[in-house]
Amino acid sequence: MSEYAIQAKGLTRKFGDFTAVDNLNINVPRGKIYGFLGPNGCGKSTSIRLLTGLLTPTQGSVNVLDLDLPKQVEALRLRIGYMTQKFSLYEQLSIEENLRFIAQVFGLDRHAQRKRIEELLSVYELDKRRKQRAGSLSGGQKQRLALAAATLHKPELLFLDEPTSAVDPQNRREFWERLFDICDTGSTILVSTHYMDEAERCHSLAILEAGCLRADGTPQQLMQDMGAKVVEVGGEGLRQLKEVLTQLDSVISVAQQGVHLRVLIKDLITEPIAWLRAQVPEQMNTRDIKLVRPSLEDVFVNCTGEGRQ
Amino acid sequence: MKMLNRITAVTYKECIELMRDRVTFGMVVMLPLVQLLLFGYAINTTVRDIPVAIVDQASTAFSHLLIDSVSATQVVNFTESYFTPEEAMQAITDGKVRAALIIPSDVTNRYAKKLVAASQQGETPQFEYSLNRPIGQWIVDGSDTTIASTIKQLRNMPMINLTDYPKNQTAATFEVVQFYNPEQRSAVNIVPGIVGIILTMTMIMFTSISIVREQEKGNLELLITTPIRSIELMIGKIIPYIFVGLVQMGIIIGAGHLFFNVPINGSLWQLLLVTLLFIAASLVLGLILSTIAKTQMQAMQLTFFLMLPSILLSGFMFPYEGMPVAAQWIAEVLPATHFMRLIRGVVLRDANVMGMMNDSLWLLGFTILGLIVASIRFKKSLD
Ligand SMILES: Nc1ncnc2c1ncn2[C@@H]1O[C@H](COP(=O)(O)OP(=O)(O)OP(=O)(O)O)[C@@H](O)[C@H]1O
Ligand SMILES: [Mg+2]
Repeated sequence: MSEYAIQAKGLTRKFGDFTAVDNLNINVPRGKIYGFLGPNGCGKSTSIRLLTGLLTPTQGSVNVLDLDLPKQVEALRLRIGYMTQKFSLYEQLSIEENLRFIAQVFGLDRHAQRKRIEELLSVYELDKRRKQRAGSLSGGQKQRLALAAATLHKPELLFLDEPTSAVDPQNRREFWERLFDICDTGSTILVSTHYMDEAERCHSLAILEAGCLRADGTPQQLMQDMGAKVVEVGGEGLRQLKEVLTQLDSVISVAQQGVHLRVLIKDLITEPIAWLRAQVPEQMNTRDIKLVRPSLEDVFVNCTGEGRQ
Repeated sequence: MKMLNRITAVTYKECIELMRDRVTFGMVVMLPLVQLLLFGYAINTTVRDIPVAIVDQASTAFSHLLIDSVSATQVVNFTESYFTPEEAMQAITDGKVRAALIIPSDVTNRYAKKLVAASQQGETPQFEYSLNRPIGQWIVDGSDTTIASTIKQLRNMPMINLTDYPKNQTAATFEVVQFYNPEQRSAVNIVPGIVGIILTMTMIMFTSISIVREQEKGNLELLITTPIRSIELMIGKIIPYIFVGLVQMGIIIGAGHLFFNVPINGSLWQLLLVTLLFIAASLVLGLILSTIAKTQMQAMQLTFFLMLPSILLSGFMFPYEGMPVAAQWIAEVLPATHFMRLIRGVVLRDANVMGMMNDSLWLLGFTILGLIVASIRFKKSLD
């Protein structure tokens, strides 16, 4: 048994001339939560579809739970759970009927079905709504139902494609509590997101852009090895100052955050504060400038940016 | 066993969805009923009360008698009256009437000569033309062939009522005995045909749409990652529609019996058997369409693409024998054509599946072949 739940080498998928996923190399360790972080259209969903065997790769090899895709995809079905980005259960069916359908499809026997469904209904706080049609649930309730369905057969590996896009911050916390519970039972979770705070909760993550892997590792590691320094600049007239700083070659990005400008400066500048003051002395003299710890957003901004439509 | 469970799961789910979708569920019952009443009353190949004009250039007692006796046939209804044939022609052009009867001024004279000719028939076979001229002329808008041929029938209208003289017709060459529909009511032939039309429509449309819907709504993306196989999904999804089809057949044949007095001469088992054969063929056709269509809209369009030939070429409206060979070839490919023959045979003539082996085998073969094609085309992936 390999120590990795997922190993992909040179994974590439083209739609016609367009390369949606470009030469992706990733290793997802077992029993961990692994994140895909990236902007819209960067290929998160496509990568997940490739790893679940929904799409066949144009190039590259995929090994999931020691099974080679796409050859051994049928054997994989019983061992993975997949929560799609778009709600994909039946809107005309009630919560309970949806779960029963999934349980039957996965071949649970009658007794096990009833037990597991009751368990899930109470874990995901859906038992009072069990007779309600899925189509009339709120976004957060739908998300919980979808997660319940995806974990019904206790899969070893769980794929979650932007599971919290319609969920408020409070519910998002709870949702992540459930994910850590699942992870605790030994399952591996691969989750895609474009929220920084979510990405920060992952054990490790991959930053994708335009179909390519830009960086990967644990959040701490990524922040340490970012290759850029972050300073905060305060004072008045920040909009105009931003225009000026953006022009400088060694400045990677400038973003306003309330009363501060957050400036990413390339690593080769050893003394960023002194350097900044030297660049535009007339504007900088009176301002207070301080070096701060990089956040994951800084990492993200630093390693993405070429962009894609 | 696991496989059976998965199929039942899909079937059960499909039934719930079908039942909760009010509009679709209503369609299952209302569609056959409404279509039956519409077609049953509206489609009538025996035409009556065609609006026509009269140009009576004689205006004698005899010509009036002649007009009355033409009216009495109920085939035509004299709605307009003109003085010249030109006016009548204009009325036909303008669509006011379908035909005009022109009675020449010497009509009484012509009729008298005709009677003489009739009485001489036995002795002098070649009588003069002048003795046997027609007594009037119909000018007809021949563009609608059914109306034209109906009026043509008036050519040999018996004229016994006109005078006391015997019928001026020669004896018939053949005698015709009509079985199965002695009163010649169109509904008797139309009603069993409606089963074919309705089943073609609902079976093909419901299956193709219900599968394409899963694709469109994203359900399929989830299903593909479960252990369910494509063949299980397809079978599970079409089972409910088999019952839908049988219910629809029951409604049409039952209501047809009730409202239009259509006889059910064959056995109900045979009826069930031929209907099942056709349902199977149509469902499979729906499956194949679902592998071609990407959206529910496309599935609808493809269904209509098949619907029209099924109505026009299957023998539902026009006899198969009247079609050119090329059209007959197309008709032979359509399951509806074979089903028209089978169900009319069973319902009206007490025929059975064995007796109509060719059509039954064709439907069976179509189903098996179609199922193979559908399951090859139905890929369990998103590529
Ligand atoms: N079936 C397809 N045919 C053609 N292009 C596709 C197809 N599926 C995805 N793409 C393209 O591939 C790119 C990546 O799509 P993908 O859905 O993987 O993005 P994503 O990272 O999941 O974005 P989002 O955050 O918006 O969900 C997009 O530009 C999309 O247009
Ligand atoms: Mg996506």
